[in-house]
Amino acid sequence: MENEQRWELRLYVAGSTPKSVLALKNITRYCEENLEGRYSIEVIDLLKTPQLAEGDQIVAIPTLIRKVPIPIRKIIGDLSDEEKVLVGLNIRPMPLKNQP
Amino acid sequence: MQEISSLAKVSTGIEGLDEVTGGGFPEGRPILICGSAGCGKTLFGVQFLVKGILEQNEPGVFVSFDETAADLTANTSSLGFDLDKLSGEGKLRVDYIRIERSEIEETGEYDLEGLFIRLNYAIEAIGAKRIVLDTLESLFSGMKNEGLLRAEIRRLFKWLKDKGITTIITGERGVNTLTRQGLEEYISDCVILLDFRVVDQIATRRLRIVKYRGSTHGTNEYPFLIDENGVSVIPITSLKLDYGTSSELISTGLKPLDALFKKGGFYEGSSTLITGTAGTAKTILAGYFALGSCLRNERVLIFSFEEAPEQTIRNLLTIGIDLRPYIESNLLQIHASRPTLYGLEMHLLNVNKLLTEFNPKTVIVDPISSLVSVGSPVEVKAMLVRLIDTLKTRRINALFTCLMSHTGIAAGDQGTIEAVSSLADNWLFLENGLVSGKRQRSLLIVKSRGMEHYNDSVNFTISSAGINFAASSIPTKSNSAHGK
Repeated sequence: MENEQRWELRLYVAGSTPKSVLALKNITRYCEENLEGRYSIEVIDLLKTPQLAEGDQIVAIPTLIRKVPIPIRKIIGDLSDEEKVLVGLNIRPMPLKNQP
Repeated sequence: MQEISSLAKVSTGIEGLDEVTGGGFPEGRPILICGSAGCGKTLFGVQFLVKGILEQNEPGVFVSFDETAADLTANTSSLGFDLDKLSGEGKLRVDYIRIERSEIEETGEYDLEGLFIRLNYAIEAIGAKRIVLDTLESLFSGMKNEGLLRAEIRRLFKWLKDKGITTIITGERGVNTLTRQGLEEYISDCVILLDFRVVDQIATRRLRIVKYRGSTHGTNEYPFLIDENGVSVIPITSLKLDYGTSSELISTGLKPLDALFKKGGFYEGSSTLITGTAGTAKTILAGYFALGSCLRNERVLIFSFEEAPEQTIRNLLTIGIDLRPYIESNLLQIHASRPTLYGLEMHLLNVNKLLTEFNPKTVIVDPISSLVSVGSPVEVKAMLVRLIDTLKTRRINALFTCLMSHTGIAAGDQGTIEAVSSLADNWLFLENGLVSGKRQRSLLIVKSRGMEHYNDSVNFTISSAGINFAASSIPTKSNSAHGK
């Protein structure tokens, strides 16, 4: 069943810059709203582990990577445009849940 | 070139370029190298790093936005660079940064901190002093926010400058700008433009220093070569006029000819030009010169552009000049090639290589006018200046023959003669005249710097015994007409 699909996301940041904080806040919210219980977000701070930048070809910060499901998708920026992020990650929004 | 500033410089690692830049690239600053595809930008960068490691002990990082590290290693191995070895020794790092537009979505604000972190990590890992970004403009094809990219690139250059890293940034030539994205706006220290053109089916690579803040530099276009030893620039204006001069004398190889010079021959290390129309015995005189050098047990290198070595030897043998023993003992080498086989620069480089390998005391180019067919008069002239310069610096006895046309001097020839004659120390003019229906060969010393010489034209004949000067025209003590 499609809803059983897990989402493994990875967010690359460089310290606690406003852009990085905002990106994490945004993606956490989108996931909570659309993928509750079916996602994981790994935050990688390149200031602490700079050697990890090469593997995922990170140039821009923040960068969000969808590791699973494949293919790998990459979204750069503070992720403020919800629709673009969801389309980019190929997450189908759940229209009725958690709407105010 | 006189260096007037105190700007610290680092060796470029590219032969000839240090000379042109008055000592090298500005230390710890960004340098832009731009040019169209295939002009050798990447190679410049690789050589800058490799030589920096091998010769200056400065580790370097190569950041490639276009090629994978494996591709880069493979592509530069043919030029004698072993990137794997240097990487293994911890002196070099090759980082491949791949930016794929189709994989990236943009939403909201971002910066290039990831790039900074990667660069910083690579720099710190090996203690790099040099870095090459090839080509940074690929960022623009991967990301949409141009304004942000520009701001970040500006920040990147400043950051690298603050770190004191000498950086080469390569950029592809734009339509009306030096680089497609106008990177030259951000680099004020040193900008070098590479060019690759094909003129008359002969390809030449050229380099020009567009700007170099705080330093004097050559402003010409300098030809450069890419061969199995990497990149080398040939500065036209390297003529420094500070080579040592000698007052030792050498024989022309022909005793009666020696007698026409007051001191009995040419100065050692001087250059001599022999001009004349076809069949005026230019090559024969060159043959005597070669023989004379061999007899002094000095090495001779002959560049023959019209005859095969065997032919030259056979022909000279018919008039009693036997060069065979010297060929066998390797005192004499004849290198024959078609002038149009390669571009001028390649010819010059070949000459330079042979000079280093064989280390001759005498060099003969027969005829130098053949090279006219290879390039425009300006180029030929520039090349000849460089050639003569090189020979003089090495204090080589040089002799050039130059063919002149019967109908007067052809345009190309004129350029050649002008170039060579003004640089040559001695100039002999050969002529075939007609006297009462008989051929009358004659020789005239047009000039001989620093030496009184016979002023009249001297008649001579050629037989199986060689050149014979007419008794009447050989100077004696009584009829001596020496003058300057």
